[in-house]
Amino acid sequence: MSFTTAEKPVLTRVCEVQESTAKNTSRRSLLKILLGGGILASLGSFLYPVLRYLVPPAETNLGVDSVIAATIHELKPNSSKIFRFGSRPALLIRTADGEYRAMSATCTHLSCTVQYRKDAQQVWCACHNGMYDLNGRNVSGPPPRPLEKYQVHIQGEEIQVQRA
Amino acid sequence: MSPAVRVQTWIDERFGWAEMIAPLQHKTVPRHRLSYWYFLGGITLFLFLIQIATGILLLLYYRPSANEAFESVQYITTQVKFGWLVRSIHSWSANLMIFTAFAHMFSVLFLRAYRKPRELTWVTGVVLLFLALGFGFSGYLLPWNTLAFFATKVGSEVAGQVPIIGPWIMVFLRGGPDVTGATLTRFFGFHVAVLPGLATLLLGVHVALVQRFGISVPPGLEQQWSSLPQPQREMRFFPNFFLRELMAWYVALAVLGLLAALFPWGLGTKADPFASAPAGIKPEWYFLSGFQALKLIPPKIFSIDGEVLGVLGFGAAGLVWLLLPFLEPKREGGGRPTFAIGVFALTFITAMTIYGYFGK
Repeated sequence: MSFTTAEKPVLTRVCEVQESTAKNTSRRSLLKILLGGGILASLGSFLYPVLRYLVPPAETNLGVDSVIAATIHELKPNSSKIFRFGSRPALLIRTADGEYRAMSATCTHLSCTVQYRKDAQQVWCACHNGMYDLNGRNVSGPPPRPLEKYQVHIQGEEIQVQRA
Repeated sequence: MSPAVRVQTWIDERFGWAEMIAPLQHKTVPRHRLSYWYFLGGITLFLFLIQIATGILLLLYYRPSANEAFESVQYITTQVKFGWLVRSIHSWSANLMIFTAFAHMFSVLFLRAYRKPRELTWVTGVVLLFLALGFGFSGYLLPWNTLAFFATKVGSEVAGQVPIIGPWIMVFLRGGPDVTGATLTRFFGFHVAVLPGLATLLLGVHVALVQRFGISVPPGLEQQWSSLPQPQREMRFFPNFFLRELMAWYVALAVLGLLAALFPWGLGTKADPFASAPAGIKPEWYFLSGFQALKLIPPKIFSIDGEVLGVLGFGAAGLVWLLLPFLEPKREGGGRPTFAIGVFALTFITAMTIYGYFGK
């Protein structure tokens, strides 16, 4: 038995309408996903190069392991000198006993450059009043860690400082 | 027809002159014993305009590179006619602007002008203050002197303490792992392009919101007014308030000129990345309270680095401050955490600044 549309039972007609609406909805949501996804993907492809551009390329010549910091005539006992160790400053101290000590000069708190205090015979950071002893150990103030210590070798007249 | 009237007619025929100036004619400002506080926002705006003008003048001679920056500022202050004055005004106006912005903010807080519907006016204002601090921080480095060098080192290192994204922010700010000429170039870009753009945009929103909602009357006065009706509770913005504001701008200009001429801004010594931080080093006064707080935090708290906690604390405080209007209780008569927070903030900032200034 076959029906024309008008003759179909009411329930069947309602079902057909619902089916076509559901089909439309799913088609619409698919299109929404495709469109939204496409826009997001294109935004991502615009933003990614910009974000990468913001971060400067890593420096290649960080690998300095040893440097001539001074000559033996430069420092009197109980004095010091800041020298370049690669791209960062480092501190060479001649203690009151005449011994040489070398350490990073970058404060472990907020990376100011430290100095040797003759009066206290300690290493001092002027920015936030941090104190280190002559071995670079943090003894008072805000620094959370000791300064990196370097090895000192005297070769002839030259004082060579080496990463430990 | 006079030329002015002809111009007015020309505009009127095309854009509707009357409609354009209608908001100005209807705008009023409440009139009461605390009205003086309403001048502070306008004075801050005036000082911002001075910053733009003097900043453009400085741009004519300034060179943003580590080899030339210090020398170019030296050239401006010693060789260029009135260069010392332009630079001095730029520096003094920057400091006064931050001061008036703070005063404006605290007056809004204590007069409770941030209440519904003005929450977003407060939020945009606080973001503007953060931008002003960004201006101060980035501009401070530009002369490339010793104090600026270490201030930037410490400041960017503080940003680097933020968990997870901190190191990325630090490299982004510095243009590399250390503070170098690359940092100077970046800060120059922030100072003369990025921040002015953002600030102008946000200032537009801030002022538009003030226009939209009108000027707030302190709630205490509002209550008195409704119980005791009396005429003359407001004045027209144009010309009555506007002319008063102009007088305030003139006074601000006089103070600025006096400070800039009598206490010209110093230049210090050229930055040397391989020299120790000088004894007695301190940041600008508006960073002094934060600086002093960082000095007092112990190195380790529950095995977490003190400065990490400090930075997280600053971040949390900034966020609370930004969202302060939303902490206001919905019903009148409830406790007012905003007032307590305001008093605490003002006391903390003042005390830490004084301690930082006089302390060792």
